[in-house]
This record gives sequence, structure tokens and C-alpha cells, in this order.
Amino acid sequence: MDLFEHQAKELFAAYGIPVPRGIVAHTVAEARAAAEQLTGRVVVKAQVKTGGRGKAGGVKVADDANDAEAKATAILGMDIKGHTVHKVLIEEASDIAEEYYFSFLLDRANRTFLAICSAAGGMDIEEVAHTAPEKVAKVPVNPIDGIDRARAREIAQAGGLPEKSLDGAAELIERLWAVFVDEDASLVEVNPMILAADGQVKALDGKVTLDANADFRQKEHEAYVDKAAEDPLEARAKEKHLNYVKLDGSVGIIGNGAGLVMSTLDVVAYAGEQFAGSPKPANFLDIGGGASAEVMANGLEIILSDPAVKSVFVNVFGGITACDAVADGIVSAFKLLGDRGEAVTRPLVVRLDGNNAALGREILQNAALPGVELVDTMDDAAKRAAELAAVGA
Amino acid sequence: MAIWLTEKSRIIVQGITGSEGTKHTLRMLASGANVVGGVNPRKAGTTHEGLPVFATVAEAMEKTKADVSVIFVPPAFTAGAVKEAIDAEIPLAVVITEGVPIHDTTEFWAYATKKGNKTRIIGPNCPGIASPGASNAGIIPADITTPGRIGLVSKSGTLTYQLMYELRDFGFSTAVGIGGDPVIGTTHIDALQAFQDDPGTDAIVMIGEIGGDAEERAAAYIEKNVTKPVVAYVAGFTAPEGKTMGHAGAIVSGSAGTAQAKKEALEKVGVRVGKTPSETARLMREIMQNR
Repeated sequence: MDLFEHQAKELFAAYGIPVPRGIVAHTVAEARAAAEQLTGRVVVKAQVKTGGRGKAGGVKVADDANDAEAKATAILGMDIKGHTVHKVLIEEASDIAEEYYFSFLLDRANRTFLAICSAAGGMDIEEVAHTAPEKVAKVPVNPIDGIDRARAREIAQAGGLPEKSLDGAAELIERLWAVFVDEDASLVEVNPMILAADGQVKALDGKVTLDANADFRQKEHEAYVDKAAEDPLEARAKEKHLNYVKLDGSVGIIGNGAGLVMSTLDVVAYAGEQFAGSPKPANFLDIGGGASAEVMANGLEIILSDPAVKSVFVNVFGGITACDAVADGIVSAFKLLGDRGEAVTRPLVVRLDGNNAALGREILQNAALPGVELVDTMDDAAKRAAELAAVGA
Repeated sequence: MAIWLTEKSRIIVQGITGSEGTKHTLRMLASGANVVGGVNPRKAGTTHEGLPVFATVAEAMEKTKADVSVIFVPPAFTAGAVKEAIDAEIPLAVVITEGVPIHDTTEFWAYATKKGNKTRIIGPNCPGIASPGASNAGIIPADITTPGRIGLVSKSGTLTYQLMYELRDFGFSTAVGIGGDPVIGTTHIDALQAFQDDPGTDAIVMIGEIGGDAEERAAAYIEKNVTKPVVAYVAGFTAPEGKTMGHAGAIVSGSAGTAQAKKEALEKVGVRVGKTPSETARLMREIMQNR
């Protein structure tokens, strides 16, 4: 999960990392009040979980409260790369002497962590990394050894930071490492990390990505979930412990195993190209290993409550899961949904292969559920589901 | 012949008394795998499903001559279990557990490296390794394929099963599910190297997924080191940017790590890439028929 800048900075502050004073505002009136409280020049910063907001006009300096109100009026509601700005951070303006770049992240290829540091910070760090890679230090960090003050100082030095900034930067880097480890982050980034006119090294921006696998030991991270931005279907699926992602097509997808479901999305998208309107997958839904009747019913219910869905493709390879259990699940799901007054009216294409596939097909044939078709192969089933979605559209 | 897991392999299960551990121990036994015991410090000295339970991996190895451990412990305890296996220097540790925090995996990998990488780690978040007709360490269903001369390495569990099933008439020497997490022990490259060196393997199926650059690196490795035919499949061509699709590693952010980039890298070095799992199976079928 990515954090908003203001959340990242609240976290930084809790670890003793210097950040500018700031107040979150959801309305123009709140923005004005925040600027009045902070006094003097402020920066109005769009809170969106995407990069490039400065270039998009989502960050503006305001001279006073009136100006902050005007700037907030322009920024709130703005669309930045598909993200609507619902809140702004009003922050005291900093006197910037120099701008640096710093991050800790996962280096997948080398299976270790990496510290990236550069004296050439600011908006164009990616450009610098491309055109002048020697200005960007990439230092491997062994998770067992970690980062102490001396090591942090070496990294700052490697990044080309000037002598006057080294002590401040080393302290900041050491504390960022604590954030990275103690909060189970896979990324902490500060761009820019600044040297202020008063000589203090500060985090002027903050980007933090938290590892959802660590939620079991990071209970307080739940407070960071942006409920407002969550797709309502995704939120409902999450409550039912379903691994569901909403997409924008018309073929509902249910499968077992992340790789198989991802592959199903591809196969359906290819098959859709040959039909009117090029139907695409409406969702990703992995029901995992144990496809019980309840899981199948919950999955079908979520998918069918998406009005964009015109047909559903159930693609199961029976490995651990036996196909007869999946077929039983589909039969019970139809009954369950019917009892709830939500009888299934859209066509369902089912492909069962692997463990007990013949038995599974027999169960579905005998049940003769309305609109359920059995197709032997994944490619043919994808084609049929896309065709039905095209007809239903 | 097979890689890493043979009919001589002696398997123990860490977390044998848990529900997943129990279920899959029974399945492994039913498939003919030689499971010789399990580990659970709180139940040491007892037996579970007729198998002896030991306090530590080291003790289990001493008493049973085990050389493979399959790990089913919950995510919170996985790093500890893997480090115990590393300390005992068991030759192969297969980590099935899903949902291990990235800091834990990175830490146990650093620990393994520090200890000289004496233990081959497969996973985490993987279905394990199966050498059909010989042995089975993990949760790969034993009855969907037959012994043969195709090697398979995959990031995805169900796609592994799908390909094993579609090519069951030719059969497999070994199938390795390396897992889809951002940090894993055994990589595509490790498996490609082992299959290249294995006289019992004639051709290799490689299954990848969006995210990271493991497939691109595997392509570079194939160009220099692999002379056996390789057929590949990559899942996630139509996955939207910035969305995680179940596997922590399968996330596309920016241009790198896309399925298209992986496909191009593989095709550039002569690997034939199937558009769907079935087409991938057809490509492998052609290779095996023309041998």
C-alpha cells in the first residue's frame, strides 16, 4: 500500500525526522484556516498517490491565506493522471539552499535492499539517473547488518553530498532506515531531501510503500487505508477475503491461482478482439485453492453485482482443488443466490480440467443450470465467454 | 533422471502438525514420496500420521538422514523456520508458505548467503518441486502428469499444473515452482542451468509473470548457456498498470517488467513464446515430436 505524502511525513515525524510543519485540508475553507494558522508563505500540495504532480500543477506556493485559498480552489478536484485530488497539504514554505535525493528500496534482482542517494535531487532525478548515472549512488544494504550513523554518512558521501550536509543527512538516513525496517516498508523515498537556509537537513517530500504481507504485525497500518478511494466492489470482496480486482471490461472472470487468472485475462482479451465491441475482462478474481460453495457463491455474487458484466467465465484447473467440488460449488452458488432473490440471469461459461474434471462436468450437466455452458479447453471457453458478452452488450 | 529431487530424497515437513502440513504430508505420502518425519518443537517425541516428530531440523536430519525439508509454517514463523533449516545445512528447503513479509524473505536470503548457501531454497509462496514417478516435495498434484523428459520452471502454481497436464503424454523430468514473490530463493536461471546439465531433460518450459526482470535476465542466460530448446509463456499481457494481481511480485509499474518486454527479450534469444498456455504446450509438443 502506498501512503499519501502527509501520512508519510507524519510517520517520518514520529521517527524524529525533520519535516516542515503542515496541515491537511479537505476543503477550501480548511485550506485557508490552515494557512492562517501556519502564517507567512505556504505551499499548497495536492495529495495523490502518483508521481509528477508538480509538473501537473498540483503544487503551488501561496503568499498568504487569501492566496492559499485561491491555490487550493484550483488544486482541489483537479485530475492528476487519473487521480482526483480530494485533499491538499498546506505546509510552511521552506528556504531551500540545496536539494538532494534519497531512498531505501528492494533490489529484486540482487535479493537485497538498496540505498539510492544523490546530490542532484529535485523533480528530475529520473532524468539524472539516465543521463548522468555517476551522480546517483546505489549502495547495497545487507538486511542483517542494517544502517548505523557511520554507514549512513558513507552513503551520503557516496551520493556526492557536501561536507556541510553530511551530519544532518546521516542522521536523517539512519532514521529513515528505522522507518523502512520497523514499518515493513518496501520503499521509503525523500525527494527532495533539502538543506535549508538555516543548515538543517529536512524531508520536504515523502513516499512510503508498505508491505501488505506484514499486516499481521503492523495492525496500525489499517488506519492508512484510503476507504474513500477504494472501489466499492473491491471493498466488499476484501471483506469476504476474496482476491478481486475491478477492471473495465464486460466478461466476469473467476479462476483458481493468480497465474492462471492473469493468464485467463490475457486469453479473454485476445479472444474478444474478434467480436463486436472487443469485450474485455471485467475483473480479476482468484478463488485460491479451496473453491467451496460459499467462496464460489461470494465470488459470483460480487461479479454479478457489477452491472458491466455480460457473461462470466469460470476457469478452474483442478490441482489441489477437485473439479467435482468446484462443480458442487457452482450448483450451490446458484441455489444460494436464487434463495437471496438474486437469481443468476447472465450466461456462465465453465471450463474444468485436471483433478476429477469428468466428475465435475457430469455434476454440472445433471444440474442443467440455466445459462451454464461447459467448454472443454481454456482457449475455446474464453472465446465463447467473449462472444456471449458481445451478444449481451 | 531429475534435478534436485530424486527417488532417493528423504523428506521432512516443518509444520507437519498444522492443517496444511498434515494434509500435504498425506498427499506426498500417497504420491509415493519418501516423507520420513516432521518438525515441531512443541510436539517433539510424538508421532503424527505415523511419522516421528522432532524438535529441530538438525535432530530430524540426524535421526532420519533427511535431505529435503518442506516448510508449511505460518508467515510469522517462516523466517525462523528457514534459518533453522539453513543452520542444519539441509541440502534443499522448499518454502510453501504464502504471505511472508518481504523483510523476512530478504533477511533469510541474506542469512543463507552469509552461511555460504549450503541450502538450496525454493520459494517462498510456491507449490514446490515434483519429479514425477520419483518424488514430490510440496503441493504439486502428483496424478496430473507422468515421468518424462521435459523440465519445467514456473513462477505460477496453477499454470505449472496446466502445462504439466497438457503435456502429460510426454511427461516431465522435474517441475519446479519457484514462486511469484519479489524475492525468492531459487530463480529461473538456477533451474535453467540445472536442466541444461541434467541428462534426463531434453527440453525446457519456462513460465513467467509480469513484474521484475527475472525473465529478461533468464533470456540473457539462455543466450549464453542453454543449448536445449526452451519454450516460454508469460502471464499478464493485459494486466493494468499499478494493480497487484494476487502475487506480490506480479505488479506492473512503469514500462519495465511488462509481459511484452519479457516476451521480446525471450524471442530475441530464440525462445519460442506461446500466446496462451495451450499454444505454449503445442510449441513444446512440436519440439518433442521432432526429436
